[in-house]
Amino acid sequence: MAAKTLYDKIWDAHLVAEGDGETILYIDLHLIHEVTTPQAFAGLRAAGRPVRRPDRTLAVADHNVPTEGQALGAGAVADEEARLQLLTLERNVAENGIEYFPMGDLRNGIVHVVGPEQGRTQPGMTIVCGDSHTSTHGAFGALAQGIGTSEVEHVLATQTLRQAKSKNMRVTIDGTPAPGVGAKDYALAVIGAIGTAGGTGHVIEYAGEAIRALSMEGRMTLCNLTIEAGARAGLVAPDETTFDYIRGRPAAPKGAAWDMAVAHWKSFFTDEDAVFDREIVLDAAQIAPLVTWGTSPEDVMPIDGRVPDPASFATPDKRASAERALDYMGLTAGQPITEAKIDRVFIGSCTNSRIEDLRAAAAVVQKAFLEGRLVAPHVRAMVVPGSGLVKAQAEDEGLDAIFKAAGFDWREPGCSMCLGMNPDRLAPGERCASTSNRNFEGRQGRGGRTHLLSPAMAAAAAIAGHLTDVRDFI
Amino acid sequence: MKPFTRIDAKAAPLALSNIDTDQIIPKQFLKTVDRIGLSKGLFYDFRFDEAGREKPDFVLNQPAYKDAGVLIAGDNFGCGSSREHAPWALLDFGISCVISTSFADIFYNNCFQNGLLPVVLPAQAVEDLMAQARGGNHVISVDLAAQTVTAPDGRVYDFEIDPSRKHKMLNGLDAIGETLQKAPDIDVYESARALDTPWLERA
Repeated sequence: MAAKTLYDKIWDAHLVAEGDGETILYIDLHLIHEVTTPQAFAGLRAAGRPVRRPDRTLAVADHNVPTEGQALGAGAVADEEARLQLLTLERNVAENGIEYFPMGDLRNGIVHVVGPEQGRTQPGMTIVCGDSHTSTHGAFGALAQGIGTSEVEHVLATQTLRQAKSKNMRVTIDGTPAPGVGAKDYALAVIGAIGTAGGTGHVIEYAGEAIRALSMEGRMTLCNLTIEAGARAGLVAPDETTFDYIRGRPAAPKGAAWDMAVAHWKSFFTDEDAVFDREIVLDAAQIAPLVTWGTSPEDVMPIDGRVPDPASFATPDKRASAERALDYMGLTAGQPITEAKIDRVFIGSCTNSRIEDLRAAAAVVQKAFLEGRLVAPHVRAMVVPGSGLVKAQAEDEGLDAIFKAAGFDWREPGCSMCLGMNPDRLAPGERCASTSNRNFEGRQGRGGRTHLLSPAMAAAAAIAGHLTDVRDFI
Repeated sequence: MKPFTRIDAKAAPLALSNIDTDQIIPKQFLKTVDRIGLSKGLFYDFRFDEAGREKPDFVLNQPAYKDAGVLIAGDNFGCGSSREHAPWALLDFGISCVISTSFADIFYNNCFQNGLLPVVLPAQAVEDLMAQARGGNHVISVDLAAQTVTAPDGRVYDFEIDPSRKHKMLNGLDAIGETLQKAPDIDVYESARALDTPWLERA
């Protein structure tokens, strides 16, 4: 039998039918939210089609929820259009018998935090959601990808997806990282190395000792950002770290079913002699804390470096893009990036809002606080936990007290300022140190300037008032 | 879905790489429960200034390109968010074909669900078309059946496309209807799966 990759194995295990170039793939878990589903449910209704497997579907409210006053419910959301979308979701899930964690429910939060947290995300699964950061769930060795609304409707109606198979790419990261370097830096390093279209048409499997050493939170951060390298899905083969994370969660198998499940999950790994279409190798020891300087996630640089000169880029297109990016970002070629004075800090998003992220940020803040330092007076800093449960756990651990004492705003869960669909957004010209995933023009608010970095780096920037090297804080 | 067969239309050049779906349609236009009327948000920050006035420099605001039906863009068009509002907005604006050297996967896929044709051509061909579109003579023809783009100067460029996607696009087929014809296969798969992974089944 030919050697297979992890991706090959998951793919083969979900084949329903094969046809002319497209395969019908069974979908184990369909996550839905308020923004990319109303048109899908309307389509089903118009065609008189039922939801095939409501039990394989889970709904949350995350993209446009305010990060305060959530206990008042969707009906109290001030933004009329957001309110209509939230109420439409509530109607759609009720009509179709879909499990739903409404805004204000402790279990609600960002869809890519909630799925794993509830134990719904499991190895070997196929998972889809109308959101490109669905790649996050690949951290569990699940084939997880973002889809459009037409495909959301297709999955609701058929519990399958029509798709052509992608190619296999492997990114191996060996070595031991320096203190202050972690999953976010690995991800930015990969995007910087292969470019934002480097993974187009591929599924990326992450391997190597630095990946094995990552926690599930770290693996989720890495897989989350895979879409920013152009690949729809990222994968990490499941191991004991994975099983330990899942054990005991609400939807995790229990008793005898647990042993059966673990045996099943252990069959999802890449065979030793499997061949990848493309291989990338990085050394964790060579990766510095990274930050973006431009308006594409591939515009990465080490925090102790200087802003690149557009003239140094290879093609006229790239030079033009770099010039436009520097102009938009208000930066000058050759200046140390640590000179960039910030106005805002955002710690949150499906990339970095889990408990480990908040702990990493809080550790930096606490150390500075004990040295008498607070959030810089000109900086507005906010922490938005990924779910109600993350928020509760952080409060149990006293992290909220550390953040608040230092001058951070402690918010309620949601996507928040990652995409600024709710009231949390940047004003024109404001510069933000952000743990999110996209530094696109206008992403966090029209004219807003986003620098992507890790939670510890964001916390350090909040204290310093400018981008700064977290290694000076630990 | 509206079928796509052939169009003869003005082509607008947008020579930027990595145009993401946030740029194609910004967040504030996603708060809708409809698929229609999204042209108002298309390239909003490119088309309008902060006061909501048209920016005369932007290509789709120029009289020669206001009724463009084809967009010629830089590499990796449609990267970022999975929002299908991006193809909806382009179609609603009257653009039913985008030509580039490359597209991001999710956007590319979303196009085919809606009858918006994404055409991939080599860099030199895109550059040629871009240059001609910048001049006054910018009506091009895109023929899906023949898999050709005919430039204003008469040059013909062939493009590749997956045969099943082409078939669905030419005929405006409903993917859900097609898949539902395979419902017995889905039933069989689900029965087998229930035995393999019983813990995923709800009692």
